[in-house]
Amino acid sequence: MNTIANRQAICNVLMERAKTDKDIVVLCSDSRGSASLAPFFKEFPGQAVEVGIAEQDLVGIAAGLARCGKKPFAASPACFLTTRSYEQAKVDVAYSGTNVTLIGISGGVSYGALGMSHHSTQDIASMSAIPNMRVYLPSDRFQTAKLIEALLQDEKPAYIRVGRNPVEDIYSEESCPFQLDHGVVLREGTDVLLVACGEMVSPALAAADILDREGISACVMDMYCVKPLDTRLLLEKAAGVKAVVTVEEHVRLGGLGSMVAQEIGAYDPKRVMNLSLPDAPVITGNSREVFDYYGLNGEGIAREARKALKA
Amino acid sequence: MDNLREKTYELRQDILDIVVAGKGGHIGGDMSVVDILATLYFRIMNVSPENQDSPDRDRFIMSKGHSVEALYAVLASAGFFPLKEVLEKFSRFGSPYIGHPNNHLPGIEMNSGSLGHGLPVSVGMALAGKMDKRDYRVYTVMGDGELAEGSVWEAAMAGASFGLDNLCATIDRNRLQISGGTEEVMKLDSLKEKFGAFGWNVTEVEDGNDVDQLTKAYEEAKTVKGRPTVVIANTVKGCGSAVMENKAGWHHRVPTAQEYTEISQELLERKGRLS
Repeated sequence: MNTIANRQAICNVLMERAKTDKDIVVLCSDSRGSASLAPFFKEFPGQAVEVGIAEQDLVGIAAGLARCGKKPFAASPACFLTTRSYEQAKVDVAYSGTNVTLIGISGGVSYGALGMSHHSTQDIASMSAIPNMRVYLPSDRFQTAKLIEALLQDEKPAYIRVGRNPVEDIYSEESCPFQLDHGVVLREGTDVLLVACGEMVSPALAAADILDREGISACVMDMYCVKPLDTRLLLEKAAGVKAVVTVEEHVRLGGLGSMVAQEIGAYDPKRVMNLSLPDAPVITGNSREVFDYYGLNGEGIAREARKALKA
Repeated sequence: MDNLREKTYELRQDILDIVVAGKGGHIGGDMSVVDILATLYFRIMNVSPENQDSPDRDRFIMSKGHSVEALYAVLASAGFFPLKEVLEKFSRFGSPYIGHPNNHLPGIEMNSGSLGHGLPVSVGMALAGKMDKRDYRVYTVMGDGELAEGSVWEAAMAGASFGLDNLCATIDRNRLQISGGTEEVMKLDSLKEKFGAFGWNVTEVEDGNDVDQLTKAYEEAKTVKGRPTVVIANTVKGCGSAVMENKAGWHHRVPTAQEYTEISQELLERKGRLS
């Protein structure tokens, strides 16, 4: 089992790049520990900004820095970053078009038993709804690193959500095909298409194995780029299957599933089932327990796929 | 600029024309803030159409974005874009001259409109200046009603904590907001003490519609080391004509033809009395 969390991968890339790029600035709101960014603060104090527990200030300051040529990465728990500073993300970042990367750490139900105040199961919907904002949920540490590298190359607003705990590797050092805003087909299949993002990619692959043993062929897609959605790849793969199942660590409304269903409905109507968290505070437990309870695991996804394939 | 006093009356006439042409705008706050903007753009700040892309230019953020007509009038007068274009296009379909500042226009750094955003952004800009060891200064103007936004105080803490002596905020203290007097809506007084307690250098300008008093405050602020400055400018909402002055109803109101004539005449008379 991999022990390096995606947030750690972010810090590694930023520390490597900050050695030569003095415009990289990391901002935290008393969150450098939870963001795994403490080493960055130690190594590059002149490129690190602590704003205290003040998310609105965090994002506003980041936007001001960006307008003066800096490349700010503002990291704070996704639950606060995407709600408390939502308007700063909308006005100071997206509307003003500033080169700010917002990093929502401990996203989804990462904080498990801490309750709904600490969960961000609405962030895909809310952040995607902001005009001019991009939304990414990378699936593992290798893809996270590639994503950060790619975002350092452009000057547009973006929101990234990563979880708190290390997740199973999907890719490897040697093999991590990545192109910004292009989804990745992890496995070809002809019966059902499983579209997942973030921590749900791993259980989607597990579901494909289960289905395979039953003679059901599943195509698995890592749609880390939730916005802009890779519609071309989605429709290409959806054309070759009978039904589509989406999986996300998010509520049902306005998430990956909604977006996928919208595209399939418009261009290639067929059954689309959405696996998600409920429209309610989730049950108390750690991430794994919560996922298992709501069927966000290999068996649950396989079950949904079987349902989707029933005429 | 020597004849800045006269100029502020001409700018007020421009604002009046913009509001009438666009059939909308926040005229009361425009008239209270215009002397602050004129002082900054014509006497204090190192920013012009010629150096607007220079990394060393001074930065200005219009935190009270609703007073955009005053900003348009001043920017046009400073040569960033023609006044004629503002008059033709303000608030019209497809216009870049929106009812709040937009950085697609020359001379405008950031989009604003929602209150409480300007100070955090200005802190970021001032911080970037310190990081890059550049000498530019960052100016922002907030309304007094705006100070009820919590984000202002988050940034007030940060500005002092980071020792940003290249940051200068102004409060357009006209004591009125859309629903009435600021002290009735939400008590603000002891502003000096509030900002002082946050670690800011605080300067109060007795007449915030007097460009010479404002100039003195801004020049002094440039000499302060180790902390940001806030200029509390005691202004008059609707300043320039008795028709509008100190009347909350003029927060956003388009003058009638009769009122337009009265205001214009009074602006001319007051300008005439200067010489």
